[in-house]
Amino acid sequence: MPTLNDYLMLSGILFAIGTAGVFVRRNIITVLLSVEIMLNAVNLSFVAFGRQMGYADGQIIVFFVMTVAAAEAAVGLAIVIALFRHRESLNPDTFTMLKW
Amino acid sequence: MTLFYLFAAIAVLASLLVVAQHNPVYSVMLLIASFGALSGLYVLLDAPFVAVIQIIVYAGAIMVLFLFVVMLLNAPREDTDYDIRVHPLFRRGPLWFGAALAVCLAAELAWALGATRMRSGFPAAQMVSVETLGHRLFTDYAFQFEVTSVLILVAMIGAVIMARHDEPGGKQ
Repeated sequence: MPTLNDYLMLSGILFAIGTAGVFVRRNIITVLLSVEIMLNAVNLSFVAFGRQMGYADGQIIVFFVMTVAAAEAAVGLAIVIALFRHRESLNPDTFTMLKW
Repeated sequence: MTLFYLFAAIAVLASLLVVAQHNPVYSVMLLIASFGALSGLYVLLDAPFVAVIQIIVYAGAIMVLFLFVVMLLNAPREDTDYDIRVHPLFRRGPLWFGAALAVCLAAELAWALGATRMRSGFPAAQMVSVETLGHRLFTDYAFQFEVTSVLILVAMIGAVIMARHDEPGGKQ
């Protein structure tokens, strides 16, 4: 039987992949997708802990995380569209308007 | 048991390919595959409702939003060669520092897993019903639930305002 440790290890691996994606990729859409991978890794550990402890709270928090993910995706993609309109690029290194 | 390893392998492989892929459309598709595998893992964890909303909300709504934007922008391929030459993260110092941090993190994770080895599996199945979830959500978590609705409203207004095309003449 897979134990809580196995699920936590999987969650850690997925989170590490997401973090690596945020740092390594130079395409802002892939960076947002990597953030989604990280959020899902955290969701998995919440549900696994809830299953281990016998609480429903782990699953309830997953709903809130999903809501935040949806809001983040909507606002993030709106920013991407607005930036792409001005710069014709998806490389996050070209978006330095806030730097002084 | 084998199902766990099957789903875990699909999730990890698909996530790796999401990061390694250079075409954003393929990245989104692979991420949907990864979410499907995660949904299977939620079923194994006796959380069928989470599994269902993982498919409907994540794969069905959020990823379709991503796909819309990717196809709308007709996203160009990234210019990686240029970045490797000039990007500060690819200098020798930051590379070695990052490698050292990664080794530290891997060692710490291995140590933590070795120190807290779980011998037994999960306790006997006690399925959390949708009824229980809804009851908890509208009693104990009622305030958070309402705050969530405000969050979504703010996100919606923000997205509409930011993505709106401003004409130079002031006409929208």
